[in-house]
Amino acid sequence: MRAVRLSVVTAAATAAALAAVTGCTEKSDASGGDDRVVKVTATDSKCEVSKTKFPAGHIQIDVENKGSKVTEVYLLFPDDRIVTERENIGPGTKQKVTAEVKEGDYRIACKPGMKGKGIRQDVTATGSGKVAKRDPRLDAAVASYREYAQEQADETLPKAKVFAQAVKDGDIEAAKKAYADSRIGWERTEPVAESFGDIDPKVDLREDGLEEGQDLEKDWTGWHRLERSLWQDKKLTDRDSELADQLITDLTDWQKRVGKAEITPTSMANGAKELLDEVATGKVTGEEERYSHTDLVDFKANVEGAEKSYELLKPVASENDAALTKELDTQFAALNTLLDKYREDKTSYVFTSYDKVGKADRKELSDAVNALAEPLSKLAAAVVK
Amino acid sequence: MTDTTNTTNTTDTTSAGEGAETGGTRGADSRAPSRRSLIGWGGAGLALGAAAAGGAVAMARNGDDAEPTAAASGAAIAFHGTNQAGIATPVQDRLHFAAFDVKTTDRAAFVQLLKDWTEAARRMTAGHAVGEGAYGGLAEAPPDDTGEALGLKPSRLTLTIGFGPSLFDRFDLADRRPEALVELPKFAGDNLDGNRSGGDLCVQACADDPQVAVHAIRNLARIGFGKVVIRWSQLGFGKTSSTTPEAQTPRNLMGFKDGTRNIAGTETDRLKKFVWVEEKDGPAWMVGGSYLVARRIRMNIETWDRTSLQEQEDIFGRDKGEGAPVGKAKERDKPFLKAMKPDAHVRLAHPDTNAGATLLRRGYSFTDGTDGLGRLDAGLFFLAYQRDVRKGFIPVQRSLAADALNEYIQHVGSAVFAVPPGVRDKDDWWGRALFSKDSKVSQSSTNSKEA
Repeated sequence: MRAVRLSVVTAAATAAALAAVTGCTEKSDASGGDDRVVKVTATDSKCEVSKTKFPAGHIQIDVENKGSKVTEVYLLFPDDRIVTERENIGPGTKQKVTAEVKEGDYRIACKPGMKGKGIRQDVTATGSGKVAKRDPRLDAAVASYREYAQEQADETLPKAKVFAQAVKDGDIEAAKKAYADSRIGWERTEPVAESFGDIDPKVDLREDGLEEGQDLEKDWTGWHRLERSLWQDKKLTDRDSELADQLITDLTDWQKRVGKAEITPTSMANGAKELLDEVATGKVTGEEERYSHTDLVDFKANVEGAEKSYELLKPVASENDAALTKELDTQFAALNTLLDKYREDKTSYVFTSYDKVGKADRKELSDAVNALAEPLSKLAAAVVK
Repeated sequence: MTDTTNTTNTTDTTSAGEGAETGGTRGADSRAPSRRSLIGWGGAGLALGAAAAGGAVAMARNGDDAEPTAAASGAAIAFHGTNQAGIATPVQDRLHFAAFDVKTTDRAAFVQLLKDWTEAARRMTAGHAVGEGAYGGLAEAPPDDTGEALGLKPSRLTLTIGFGPSLFDRFDLADRRPEALVELPKFAGDNLDGNRSGGDLCVQACADDPQVAVHAIRNLARIGFGKVVIRWSQLGFGKTSSTTPEAQTPRNLMGFKDGTRNIAGTETDRLKKFVWVEEKDGPAWMVGGSYLVARRIRMNIETWDRTSLQEQEDIFGRDKGEGAPVGKAKERDKPFLKAMKPDAHVRLAHPDTNAGATLLRRGYSFTDGTDGLGRLDAGLFFLAYQRDVRKGFIPVQRSLAADALNEYIQHVGSAVFAVPPGVRDKDDWWGRALFSKDSKVSQSSTNSKEA
């Protein structure tokens, strides 16, 4: 889960890398031109920056940790989304972080001990640095995808409320019935939701995702905690009611923020691939829904979300790499056909319980996921070619 | 937080520098940018709505086209030739063997895969990275090559392809299935696991460095996604037979030398007689090829180790120290079979007991951890090449039904493959003669043209 949490950030970061490769000659901008280098001196109590204004475009942050604790340094948007980060900077060591930034306000944060909100400095990127222009069709794709993500959140909340209410009513059967359905919108747009970092661990953490020192009863919240109560403990307590309320609070937060997520064509493409990775690592193995065995519902939703990204990017991708989009069409169709074997009709989200899916069938599903995910990993390149 | 952040940030220059050195040993090209200069921005942070312009991409490719430096001996084994490498060529130390199932029903797509595999094999056996390399390409896309063999020598990597009987049920190939490619009969004591048996095709990767062999299979599997899937695979170490006339035959995990009279790569006559398919054997597309039998033979290591030395030696029909046949002094001395117990392994496996049946053996030891009962899951991954399975493995294995060794071994996996002839040149590809519609364009006609 955590790896994917950063997915959109990472994907977008590779876009920067690409732009940077394009501008190899601009290397001197950062290394030569002092105005694009921000020196950050971190101590256990301070985070000093050499300048608070720099030109937009490529910038380089030179970090020196003069403190006694391991630290990490972030460049953040005003709303705390991460532009770029560097962790594990040991005492007495130096690190470089680079980024490509648009004009606007940012913050640089040091986190001594790699904990807490960090010590922050407001900084501003000024003027019009070089940021590549992109195909207007891709801007349209991003806009549509943003709308899609918002729709998914909007439609999920009422379903989640049905689920939460059933939990609060102590109606185990009704809650079980509403469980998988309440997750579909989330699963379709998971990489976007996860890009915020803080929401995903609250709502979608699995038992094994808890860190050492975290308490199973106190710190574990969200869908899977309730899943365990319903299917394994087979009873609902006051704590479960609290958890149900908390889930709605957290999902409401998601619904409010999802429209502001940083989305780029490449993050859409790589987000699609990551949805398949989610399937490959969590659903195919049956780990995601280990109590309810509703993995195939998540599976289907992940594929649908990936397909949405793909369909939006396809007009550009097919121009750049027709063979790739042909292959993707084939493999999406093949995987969907295979999934249809596990539900009664194509509109239903009632899928075969995953504990009833045998080893050979799981391999078949896994093979189909590999067959799709491998070409899907090339979509981002086809979008930016 | 998580380690994914590494990708968003600049690596410190020390490791970048090492990367450049490592890349260079695999034939760095002056046209390629140094790894260091790429990393300067290559690991950069976030683009705000960035999309790249196209032009510079080609410049950033990993130029990996130069010949491998003739570094160290045994650098590379020629990929092109009349026969596939990896059969009579000197046996390497390590193995990664993979059997695949075909998923596609599209003949053209499958043929394209064979061509893509051939090209990748051509590059990897020469010590090059697959496609456009493991780094320096488009930052947006995963690299063509997975990269774990960068900086390693070619390590005498050989890649050998074979086609299983079930392949001929596909793509209208039924009338091209060789008669000699029979399904193996059930042998006494077989306890075969379907998940470790069969396969539409196989690739045998042998190399002196296990990472090189694993890299090869991994990259072929990756190229194959959507068309073929791995059905099962086996890692092997410690070659148990030799195709070079060495002084010593390698030992198996029982500590014994076996197959001391294996066919050497230099024994042209015996290879011709026992290994390579000839025109009269048919079909034409197999001329210069061979038939491969692969058997996963589990050893009951613990009970074997508790067996007295005398019994161990009686079972094999050799002494443990030198490996000499009963009553002889040296391992390669001609065995006197009648001096051995009637159920001794050497006596039953010997050509003289089997109407001259002779195999080219290329087996490896394997250890796949433990079996849940605290016993080593270990044994011999037996690979044998022959001109006709019906005259090679089958009679020998039948004869071994009475083998005293059977108390200590069990055959748990089994597969048989038709191994086509070698890839002739850069325009040729694995299985071309089999898949060419015009039967005149067979491998043999190519042979005679070039002869």
